[in-house]
Amino acid sequence: MITTQRILTPEMVASIEALAPRYPNRRALTLPALHIVNDELRYVPYEAVVEVAQLLGLAPAEVQDTLSFYQFFPQDKPSGETRAWVCRSISCALRGGEEILDHICHAAGIDPYGTTADGALTVEPAECLGACDFAPCMLAGKTLHKNLTKESAEAFVRDARAGKSS
Amino acid sequence: MTTFQPVLLEAVGVAGSHTLASYRSRGGYAPLERMLKEKQPTDVIELVKASGLRGRGGAGFPTGLKWTFLPKDHPGPIYLCINADESEPGTFNNRILMEDDPHQVIEGIILSAYATRATTAYLYLRYEYPQSWDRLQGAIDEAYAAGLLGKNIQGSGFSLDLYLHRGAAAYICGEETGLIESLEGKRAWPRIKPPFPAIEGLFRKPTVVNNIETMACVAQIARRGVDWFRSIGVPSDPNNPRDPGSYGPKLYCLSGHVERPGCYEAPLGITARQLIDGQGGGVWKGRKAKAVIPGGISMGLLTEAELDTPLDFAGPGKVGCLGLGTAAVVVIDETVSIVDFLHNSCRFFAHESCGQCTPCREGTAWSLRMLERIRAGKGRLKDLELLAEIGNTMGMMPGSTICGLADGAAWPIKNAIKKFRGEFEDYIKRTNPSGWMVTDPVPALPIVAAH
Ligand SMILES: Cc1cc2nc3c(=O)[nH]c(=O)nc-3n(C[C@H](O)[C@H](O)[C@H](O)COP(=O)(O)O)c2cc1C
Ligand code: SF4
Ligand code: FES
Repeated sequence: MITTQRILTPEMVASIEALAPRYPNRRALTLPALHIVNDELRYVPYEAVVEVAQLLGLAPAEVQDTLSFYQFFPQDKPSGETRAWVCRSISCALRGGEEILDHICHAAGIDPYGTTADGALTVEPAECLGACDFAPCMLAGKTLHKNLTKESAEAFVRDARAGKSS
Repeated sequence: MTTFQPVLLEAVGVAGSHTLASYRSRGGYAPLERMLKEKQPTDVIELVKASGLRGRGGAGFPTGLKWTFLPKDHPGPIYLCINADESEPGTFNNRILMEDDPHQVIEGIILSAYATRATTAYLYLRYEYPQSWDRLQGAIDEAYAAGLLGKNIQGSGFSLDLYLHRGAAAYICGEETGLIESLEGKRAWPRIKPPFPAIEGLFRKPTVVNNIETMACVAQIARRGVDWFRSIGVPSDPNNPRDPGSYGPKLYCLSGHVERPGCYEAPLGITARQLIDGQGGGVWKGRKAKAVIPGGISMGLLTEAELDTPLDFAGPGKVGCLGLGTAAVVVIDETVSIVDFLHNSCRFFAHESCGQCTPCREGTAWSLRMLERIRAGKGRLKDLELLAEIGNTMGMMPGSTICGLADGAAWPIKNAIKKFRGEFEDYIKRTNPSGWMVTDPVPALPIVAAH
């Protein structure tokens, strides 16, 4: 008998199942399940999509359709240990947000959406983070970085690469 | 107006304001307990109707009236969805309410669920608010433990479950039927209406969708009464029987080129200038404003000469803006090129269009490409006609799209070109001296990924 490696751990399955009583059908668990996988693995490979679909009684195409709509869950490879979203929407752009994005990418030696070679940091442009009172700003993991300057942006990249960031 | 005391934001900055103990010490949940004991659900609907409360999420629909669209004597379930997707550029008041006073929001939710006879409420929270998630989950846990959520709340026989549901960074999930589709586990494609959610919404059941700030207002109306609420704001126009007025306090988010960005509570109807010069401490660096977004980027632009426009539900529309929207006021100073502003706006909407309707998908993508061309020194005066044509034809108002995202994409284009046409023309002539007058079709651009 061939045992294939499963991507969803028993803990992930348990976390997904724990949410099941909240919804009248299992399809509504799609987004929560994708988040549970992504929180753990920092990506959702297609094999995980198939397993989520099996768990929820859906066709893999249904889960893949939802996943691909959001352009939020990486599928090819995990995002960096720190995933940073730098706001480029209007209130931040007016206070230098686009320059901060360029600067962070330059300091990290990557293009937007890229990941540093050591896997420490992924930098993505973001639309309004709902923190325009702190423009220009960035969300890195669960931490909001407020009123960024070139100096604080550089310090952030250094810390992330040294494994000190969130 | 200087004597105005914040109510929705009264707890901001108070240590421990997010806890149940703090909320109770401010009088919180007592109104709910009284209502559950003394009032019928229809009484609560009547209360909210009488207050004149209009939804704070952007469309300004009267809240009590929306609730009456639910079918009578429905066997259930009826769902309440709380919209905390808050993604309109410039907007952050929901975040502050959820982080600093989550129980105020939850009391509003319980009251609204009681009124609408919903027994399950989902709070759809945008992914980018991890701090709000933690604060809300903490407050929900406290409320369950205190018997304010769950089965048979305070012995009233009324039961309610409240669940958080996390989004995945898509603006369109804020559109109420996009939110519903997303909650159901599908791509967030807005639905054609009718049927409206009140008749057929989440899981094909009657559903009400309301904004976080709307919920906070419901809690305060229950606590302070209809007369208090109606004493604030702008009464309905006696010459217009269809004007529901603009009652109550409003959270204005001020950002961009102001000295003191922040979320400020003021009576509906404060002018943009009062807000910027008063609460905001003026345009930054002693400069002048070139333009001001009155209520999130979708609403278009006010010129400096239009800054005395009252920011009530009717005000911005009178000067050609789409409406009050989310009351997010973004100041753009005189040094900013209006071309750069419009490029930023077009990029946002091209990125966020869900792609379902051709006029929106193509219109937003095409307008972005034109703005990129203009910024690259290849603009032509004819492009302004083409942009205006896109602006005039995509949206629910011209009747070409399913949801209002396209109207929100169109308005900044229309306003910018109409109100700042001279600047666009100068820019194009200056940056493209040999080609600005060309009217031939432009060769197709190399295909670039739209997103
Ligand atoms: C493209 C688009 C995005 C929207 N985003 C939000 C949002 O983030 N939050 C919100 O409350 N309403 C949003 N709305 C408005 C909702 O569709 C809906 O009117 C609102 O949630 C109703 O709540 P209210 O009556 O309490 O304002 C959006 C509408 C559109 C067309
Ligand atoms: S108007 Fe745009 S965002 Fe709205 S449903 Fe149509 S394509 Fe999607
Ligand atoms: S525009 Fe950057 S957080 Fe709102």
